[in-house]
Amino acid sequence: MSHLRELYQEVIFDHNRNPHNFGKLPNPDRTVHGHNPLCGDQLTLYLQVDADGAIRDIAFDGHGCAISVASASIMTDLVKGASAAEALLWFDKFHAMVTGGGDGGGGEGMEKLAVLGGVRQYPMRVKCATLPWHTLQAALRGGGATVSTE
Amino acid sequence: MKAATATAIKPPADFAVEKIRADFPALHQKVHGRPLVYLDNAASAQKPQAVIDAISDYYRRDHANVHRGVHTLSQRATDAYEGAREKVRAWINAASSCECIYVSGATEGVNLVAQAYARPRLKSGDEIVATISEHHSNIVPWQMVCEQTGAVLRAIPVQDNGELDLRAAAELIGGRTRIVAFGHISNALGTVNPVAELTAMARAAGAVTVVDGAQAMPHLRVDVRALDCDFYTFSGHKMYGPTGSGILYGKEALLDSMAPYRGGGEMIKSVSFAGTVYHDLPHKFEAGTPFIAGAVGLGATVDYLGGIGMEQVAAHESAVLDYALARAADTPGLTVIGRPRQRAAILSFTMDGVHPHDIGTVLDHEGVAVRTGHHCAQPLMQRFGIAATARASFGMYNTRAEVDALFAAVGKVREMF
Repeated sequence: MSHLRELYQEVIFDHNRNPHNFGKLPNPDRTVHGHNPLCGDQLTLYLQVDADGAIRDIAFDGHGCAISVASASIMTDLVKGASAAEALLWFDKFHAMVTGGGDGGGGEGMEKLAVLGGVRQYPMRVKCATLPWHTLQAALRGGGATVSTE
Repeated sequence: MKAATATAIKPPADFAVEKIRADFPALHQKVHGRPLVYLDNAASAQKPQAVIDAISDYYRRDHANVHRGVHTLSQRATDAYEGAREKVRAWINAASSCECIYVSGATEGVNLVAQAYARPRLKSGDEIVATISEHHSNIVPWQMVCEQTGAVLRAIPVQDNGELDLRAAAELIGGRTRIVAFGHISNALGTVNPVAELTAMARAAGAVTVVDGAQAMPHLRVDVRALDCDFYTFSGHKMYGPTGSGILYGKEALLDSMAPYRGGGEMIKSVSFAGTVYHDLPHKFEAGTPFIAGAVGLGATVDYLGGIGMEQVAAHESAVLDYALARAADTPGLTVIGRPRQRAAILSFTMDGVHPHDIGTVLDHEGVAVRTGHHCAQPLMQRFGIAATARASFGMYNTRAEVDALFAAVGKVREMF
């Protein structure tokens, strides 16, 4: 059970029950839809972005498992007010953490993402945790209106 | 086949489930320290030792290419390959073994009919009627044919209880309908569809029927002549046989009228650059060196099932399913999707406030293997307004004690969330 408890930490349940930044933003500058065809998880990110690319405000809605909802909740808390470059760097570190291990190189903000580190024991669930980040990446890079984890 | 002779046919009350379990090596292992409770049979069933041995013996002793060499091993391989075809013919009561085409599974079976039967015949304005509860493998091949021919794909709706809406079917199947394609049993809900009624509707409209039997073969004795369908296809791996094996049954006159699906060796009588003469049925549709070991394994599967008896299997599974449905009804916050009157041993459910993916991970930690997700039936999921379910699907080797293990694990999910 130890791996399971590491995956489902209390913090994950808290975010799943009461996700932060859940809902739509009024007048978003960017709206991107993320989809995990493997399990049917759907997520939409709403962003207000400053002229210099900083994330002024961010929110999400949709439906998914506890891991993807908690990941979106934590991610939106973390990147609110950050620059696009900072957000993309966190994604790189987060991706390294959930696929490889360790703390993804550490650094500011990574302690908040560490609660999702248990995902590394569950290769089938990594895409649940990274769906919000893939969607954010598409929003920041101005890619398509829909991204898929496949 | 030792299992075929070892298990005498007995009344369902004496169904020797422990004896059957002993035939399946994969069942006897621990997962996360718990005894494995394998309830993902609708995705793929485990294999009895008799099937594993048949494949192993074939490779150890009899392997060569089929229909080619004059040497002894080639003759043995050919006999094993064609002998397995005859076993399958007898099992499904086809009129002739030439009506049984080896395919890689039901997916290839549907694609073969779509490309070799439908594509050359359909025109703009023609209609293909499927059902909203189909597996994607019985939807997408028809969409491809529609793109290629201008035909239109229509879908019979499903009622709230998970049964097909036959009144709507009667309206949909009409003068423009050329093909009616449907699953014998829904993989997502377990609903047993009324094959005879749909086949009668199709025949009255002058359409051919294509039945996806992938979920039926592990649970029922299928008689293709009694069903009177035009095509019937299934996968070996869902009926305790090898992955990559399967059969497309088609009425001989229809198969005969169809041009080959793929070109290559094995499927010709003579080849010259001036032109090629195709082989007779069934070889016309079996280009290239086939999956001989898979065919041998499929033949052994049929022997194994014959030794147990599908009536006994169905009675046992029905008792296990009824028990599971009763346990589900006693579980607060758990919703079973669909209440069809005729249901195979498949139970799709959701839990309030818990995503099926989370259910699946927690159950796995209790040793219980279920499928979670949309079950390759997204239109049906949309019909019920859900993204995914958890699905427990039972096989002949599952027990009431395993149902108890499932619901104990469901209790753990409820504790955690």
